[in-house]
Amino acid sequence: MAHPISRIADDQDGAPAIEFSEVRKQYGGKNVVDGLSFDVRPGECFGLLGPNGAGKTTTLKMLLGITSPGSGAIRLVGEPIPARARFARERVGVVPQFDNLDPDFTVRENLQVFGRYFGIRGARMDALVPSLLEFARLENKADARVGELSGGMKRRLTLARALVNDPDVLVMDEPTTGLDPQARHLIWERLRSLLARGKTILLTTHFMEEAERLCDRLCVIEEGRKIAEGRPHDLIASVIGSDVIEIFGPDPQALAAELEPFVERIEVSGETLFCYVDDPQPVHARVKGRDGVRYLHRPANLEDVFLRLTGREMVD
Amino acid sequence: MDTFDQSRVGAKKPRRDAPHGDSLTPLSSALPANATQWVSVWRRNYLVWKKLAIPSMIGNLADPMIYLFGLGLGLGLMVGRVEGVSYIAFLAAGTVASSVMMSASFESMYSGFSRMHVQRTWEAIMHTPLTLGDIVLGEVIWAASKSLLSGVAIMLVAGALGYASFPSMLLALPVIVLTGLAFASTAMIVTALAPSYDFFMFYQTLALTPMLLLSGVFFPVAQLPALARHLTQALPLYHAVELIRPAMLGRPLDGFALHTGVLIAYAVVPFFACAWLFRRRMMK
Repeated sequence: MAHPISRIADDQDGAPAIEFSEVRKQYGGKNVVDGLSFDVRPGECFGLLGPNGAGKTTTLKMLLGITSPGSGAIRLVGEPIPARARFARERVGVVPQFDNLDPDFTVRENLQVFGRYFGIRGARMDALVPSLLEFARLENKADARVGELSGGMKRRLTLARALVNDPDVLVMDEPTTGLDPQARHLIWERLRSLLARGKTILLTTHFMEEAERLCDRLCVIEEGRKIAEGRPHDLIASVIGSDVIEIFGPDPQALAAELEPFVERIEVSGETLFCYVDDPQPVHARVKGRDGVRYLHRPANLEDVFLRLTGREMVD
Repeated sequence: MDTFDQSRVGAKKPRRDAPHGDSLTPLSSALPANATQWVSVWRRNYLVWKKLAIPSMIGNLADPMIYLFGLGLGLGLMVGRVEGVSYIAFLAAGTVASSVMMSASFESMYSGFSRMHVQRTWEAIMHTPLTLGDIVLGEVIWAASKSLLSGVAIMLVAGALGYASFPSMLLALPVIVLTGLAFASTAMIVTALAPSYDFFMFYQTLALTPMLLLSGVFFPVAQLPALARHLTQALPLYHAVELIRPAMLGRPLDGFALHTGVLIAYAVVPFFACAWLFRRRMMK
């Protein structure tokens, strides 16, 4: 039998796996998603980034046909949503934000029971289970109850469960939120192996590192609107385009005033000063060896982009 | 993904003419997709139940058995014969019907709420090709199946002790199934509206308990004042008792079409009502 998590032919010029065009959704008169458009191409990992409440989860719910847009058009694996959502879901795997594994069942039973919802049963399911367990690195936990699993194991089981129907598209809502770093790295490694098999992934996240590592393209949304879209490195180059020196020390306001002439732009966030510099030397020279001041010179990253676009000072 | 917001219960309906207003998914997504998809939901519940079948059955049967023997033998001493049979034989049919009512209602409410709200089992299933309607239908038929088990167990005990006549009592089987469906589907409305487990107490004390006393379970409906007798006609439990008692006592049956019709209405209409309510709750 072929590997149950199949490799998808390298056909990148097919129709988009996911299409959102001009999608709007209101709750109680407030626009939660406001004219959102994006496409996800087959085989791509696409990230939806945004602060809490930006409309990421609502976007995923609309995509899966769990809730309907007020206006606009959605397609998932070519099917119009919500009209043919249940047919689209036959080819999609979902990893929700909160674990909803069945606590009454063992690891193996969770996979078997879920397979039934896709019409997979009997010998076909029995053949599938070992490879799903292997993929999730849960071979030794097949007969453990869900309650005995660690957070990382539960996530991996949820991921394995989302693969029972060998989906073309995986939809993941904050796949590594709440996991410790080791567990997070293992999930990332597993997701990369799915991408290598040609699967399409749409994920939401507010971990910039996750987005930078995994996503081919991403879309930053705020208050239901797209405020930027592109490849992570293109976004960093176009939105920031310089190195960053972070300076931690007393009286950042005074220091900001002093450094202002030598930087492209400067921002104060709490106790930290962010200097965007094309030429770092003048700033280095002025902060080096100063009492109580530490600094870090680094290339710009996605977090800088995100914070530039959504504001350094979080309004929570 | 979706946490339940208590303040939304009874919230005003969104204006239909609002531009891009709060839009619901198509009604079809809250109805069963086809005639068979619900089976995997039923089977999921069955597999969980199987793990704890013995304690679950003892728990389910102890209560009605205590009523049947406690009241039937104890109170029966003072009551003597009712409608030409011993009190315990009269009570047996009522106990079968009321245990079906309780068992179906409790499964729909407490267990259904756990799976819908607490464990998010429904949410997981909604990410598969199943519709919300498939889930609700699977849950209703599951609750009816559990209640069939309690009804049949009590009937068999009553039959074995000579309080019910064989084989005519077998005619009660389809009635028990229908009664279970009626109560399972009606209680699902309560589940669809419930903000928490506490909410079920209202239905229990304001609907189920009065129904138990007014439906001819413990004493003939003819004993009731005229007004209450009319009220009784609207209660599904009354119609269930009217069908089950003649079968268990081997007597001719009156008003078959009316009693069956009312039970069918209680199974079908609340099913669509609860599907509509669940869609409002889970698919907003």
